[in-house]
Amino acid sequence: MKLTLKVWRQETKDAPGALQTYEVDDISPDYSFLEMLDMLNERLEEQGQRPVAFDHDCREGVCGACSMMVDGQAHGPQARTTTCQLHMREFTDGDTIVIEPWRATAFSIVQDLMVDRSAFDRIIQAGGFISVNTGSAPEANLMPIPKDVADDAFDAATCIGCGACVAQCPNGAAQLFTAAKIGHLSLLPQGQAERDTRAVSMVEQMESELFGSCSNFRECEAVCPKAISIDWIARMNRDYLRAKLKGVTRR
Amino acid sequence: MSSIVKKAIMAVSGFMLFGWIIGHMTGNLKVFQGAEKFNAYAEFLREMGAPLFPESGVLWLVRGTLTLALVLHVWSATSLTLINRRARDKDYETRKGVQLDYAARTMRWSGYLIAFYIVYHLMHLTWGNVHHNFVAGNPYANLVSGFQVVPIALVYIAANLLLGMHLYHGLWSMFQSLGLNHPSYNLWRRYFAVTFAVVVSLGFISVPVAVLTGLVS
Amino acid sequence: MIMLDAKSPSGPLEAQWSGYRDHLKLVAPTNRRKFEVVIVGSGLAGAAAAATLGEAGYNVKCFCFQDSPRRAHSIAAQGGINAAKNYRNDGDSTFRLFYDTIKGGDFRSRESNVYRLAEVSVEIIDQAVAQGVPFAREYGGLLDNRSFGGAQVARTFYARGQTGQQLLLGAYQALARQIEAGTVQMFTRTEMLDVVVEDGRAKGIVTRDLVSGEISSHAAHAVVLASGGYSNVYFLSTNAKACNVTAAWRAHRRGALFANPCFTQIHPTCIPQSGEYQAKLTLMSESLRNDGRIWVAKEAEDNRRARDIPERERDYYLETRYPSFGNLVPRDVASRNAKGVVDEGRGVGPLKNGVYLDFSDAIGRLGRDAIEEKYGNLFEMYERITGENPYEAPMRIYPAPHYTMGGLWVDYNLMSNVDGLFVIGEANFSDHGANRLGASALMQGLADGYFIVPYTIASYLAPHLGETVTAGGAAFQQTEKEVSERLARFMQASGKRTVDTFHRELGQIVRDECGMSRSKAGLTRALQKIPVLREEFHANLNLAGNGEGLNMSLERAGRVADFFELAELMCIDALDREESCGGHFREESQTSDGEALRDDENFTHVSAWEHTGDASSPILHNEPLEFEAVQLTQRSYK
Repeated sequence: MKLTLKVWRQETKDAPGALQTYEVDDISPDYSFLEMLDMLNERLEEQGQRPVAFDHDCREGVCGACSMMVDGQAHGPQARTTTCQLHMREFTDGDTIVIEPWRATAFSIVQDLMVDRSAFDRIIQAGGFISVNTGSAPEANLMPIPKDVADDAFDAATCIGCGACVAQCPNGAAQLFTAAKIGHLSLLPQGQAERDTRAVSMVEQMESELFGSCSNFRECEAVCPKAISIDWIARMNRDYLRAKLKGVTRR
Repeated sequence: MSSIVKKAIMAVSGFMLFGWIIGHMTGNLKVFQGAEKFNAYAEFLREMGAPLFPESGVLWLVRGTLTLALVLHVWSATSLTLINRRARDKDYETRKGVQLDYAARTMRWSGYLIAFYIVYHLMHLTWGNVHHNFVAGNPYANLVSGFQVVPIALVYIAANLLLGMHLYHGLWSMFQSLGLNHPSYNLWRRYFAVTFAVVVSLGFISVPVAVLTGLVS
Repeated sequence: MIMLDAKSPSGPLEAQWSGYRDHLKLVAPTNRRKFEVVIVGSGLAGAAAAATLGEAGYNVKCFCFQDSPRRAHSIAAQGGINAAKNYRNDGDSTFRLFYDTIKGGDFRSRESNVYRLAEVSVEIIDQAVAQGVPFAREYGGLLDNRSFGGAQVARTFYARGQTGQQLLLGAYQALARQIEAGTVQMFTRTEMLDVVVEDGRAKGIVTRDLVSGEISSHAAHAVVLASGGYSNVYFLSTNAKACNVTAAWRAHRRGALFANPCFTQIHPTCIPQSGEYQAKLTLMSESLRNDGRIWVAKEAEDNRRARDIPERERDYYLETRYPSFGNLVPRDVASRNAKGVVDEGRGVGPLKNGVYLDFSDAIGRLGRDAIEEKYGNLFEMYERITGENPYEAPMRIYPAPHYTMGGLWVDYNLMSNVDGLFVIGEANFSDHGANRLGASALMQGLADGYFIVPYTIASYLAPHLGETVTAGGAAFQQTEKEVSERLARFMQASGKRTVDTFHRELGQIVRDECGMSRSKAGLTRALQKIPVLREEFHANLNLAGNGEGLNMSLERAGRVADFFELAELMCIDALDREESCGGHFREESQTSDGEALRDDENFTHVSAWEHTGDASSPILHNEPLEFEAVQLTQRSYK
């Protein structure tokens, strides 16, 4: 396959950036999208040019590192698939592909396609945990948890924190990420003690990071590689509003 | 204030406006019962609550509440829009919607247009300042003569199609914003939104259409 | 002369850890904040240790090269985590988990360490559940277990095929809580490039900020390396792309002994390589072997599609050769057998480089829904990568480098021979011997991080109360200088080849000669090739850009340079160990029917290598292994 790539190149956070065009040929349909970029990078390096920076690591769709807009869609055209699991057989010979970084005020560009997603970490630090010191846990089977509750919590917990939801949302909102994290813990009996403060703290941290608000566009769930449903957002709204009515404030 | 609270305010104020719209539409359909019933209904609105409340008292209370709801609705929308603009300092060169529907995408514009329409509608049929032949105290006549002007009728029809679209997304969205969801009922939220969007839109549109076709005269 | 003292407690196994723990020195809560601890890595071991030490009140600095601690490679572990809970009432016990681990490791690990691992395994599950880790449950609401990777009891706890992810998120959340509390300072996108050793003690580390390129030093009373394994020496492995040996290797060069480097694990169920530019191999959870049947055609060069090959012409070779364990034989056995049939020309797939893993029987017996419930996400992943639907055609699998049992030598305290330098998780060599059992990696990482190192580090720190540490001294300046000079040398190279071409070539050599099967001739060949290629690497490297700011090629160059030295040590170790054990299969040492043959008389020891300044001539130290609770037997899975 031969492809034309238009890739966003930007040296540093504050430097100006622009789309640059590259022709890449000899691409096998069995390559993953990132292997195709590896190939481009190796050729750039051979020519003494700076390779395209992008985040990636596990290449199995679970670490959440890879993050790029492929033809205007977070992680590219295949549903429920991270960029590293997207394969070139999804494209046709001669295609032009536009590759851009996640864009949100909260995600500043580090270089090229690499962005700073530490805002997500700060949302978790605000309360995305159950406070249990090592060694103080009771026997695991002391508390039965109905299978469907555990399964639902798991569905939320599969969030890989990639940020596709923010990238795709016309509002640049981080509601799906935050809601999945709140939902996972607030569904489980272990998470009840901190349920209200957790919801308030995480939501308010999210907002202080300058993410947008939810207009219920449903774009986030459409591109989420783990197919996390916007039902979690409704649940987060409920938890947050209820906590606020009780007068709960940030931890 | 959190955007979630603002969304809740938008949902609650929207629901109040929606409740009034349903009443207004039901009242409008009295036009099919003839001038007498229709004018009597208009009179009832003024007398509503009497003698417990002074005449027009309840009407003003309703008007006041509606104005407040409208202000809150517009305020929350504006405030959220500003948050959302700030959330993306630079836009994409290329962007695709995946399951973004037209109604959702155009909420802001349908909202603006409906706001203009409300002002126009009040000037046209309530205060009469833009009506070519306004007769105080005879709403039926004002309505019929107003809608006999084809471009005006078309404006009303278009505006109510927009309103239907606005409700289609808004009514469903309201449940999300208020956290009203449950796997067993989630589908019904969509049915609810579709049904009332269609009913309200068609209900309102039926009146100018009836006038244009001569069914009401 | 380095004296290896494992410091294993004496007395009956089951009383060792509690007795030892009772006599470890303590640091009073008010004094803990006076100690600085540096932790390198934020995977299961690193995050668990950082969180636990933070909770205790120490000043912790934690480093990871990823953009967030949550992305550490532990996240990719699929199958599960073992614990001797005996919830299934099927005869499991601490002793049995201990015994299975020792035997699975082919009697090349330390009894005392392994017993302790089995002992604390139950606490890990309690801790994880309390954190909200959504393990699989039964309808009654209690935790579900499955049998995994050759175990004859069901002791594996799992969270669909994402157990590592869920456990890591639990540890990460505990870490996040401590970051918020101010006890842990997190440094992301920061790579450790050296450890500072002064007077035989670890005093801190030197790091490079991967975004700004800035070199800086961090002083500490103790340094904990939790930097993972080195499978990426093979270039193609199931490890994440950036996994590397640099932290461990730099410590090795500063005096820490590297133990059993040739003990690497080749995982039997991975998706076969599909082409030249492939960047990594993808593992399909071993749990698939519980329901899938492995086979190839009986005849070589059978080009029919799987479904066109009639039952009688199929060779379910594991079931035939190992009737009692069948498809569930340990990883090393399954891998070697797969290599055997592929080498005979009976491989399947377009490149004839795999074997079938067939679910049609299981789907027939349990129904498609049951299979989907158990393995849905794995099947989906397989289809995404290969474009084939495993519900309809059997999967193709082939072994791939996956885990490294070798690592820095540590004593019972998980401290290396360098004072104050602790090594935990996959980075150390301790618990898995020559082969790791399935679902034991998560167990070991968390055991080390949550329940072992927090005790032993306190005991190490206690006598050092009152000592201040600063990063300004001569040792720090010298180390920083050496780090900067090394980076400058990479940048100055003005050759023709990119880093990856070297890494790929190195990987090929190590895969061929020090992979699933090793021989004297092959290893000797590798030991000739590797130094030559390494010379060329340093002379003919082509790096774009400069050392200031983000430079991914420079990052990789440093890692690959360390892999070159490690690769040589692996081959030296493999050549020295003239026996077959676990994942280390020496062709010269096998039974008449081709099974691994140990040489207990000469090799019941840990080979710990000392760096001499010349990668080609390390010094060997032996730690003899003594077994009191178990009898050394030849493993048999027939």
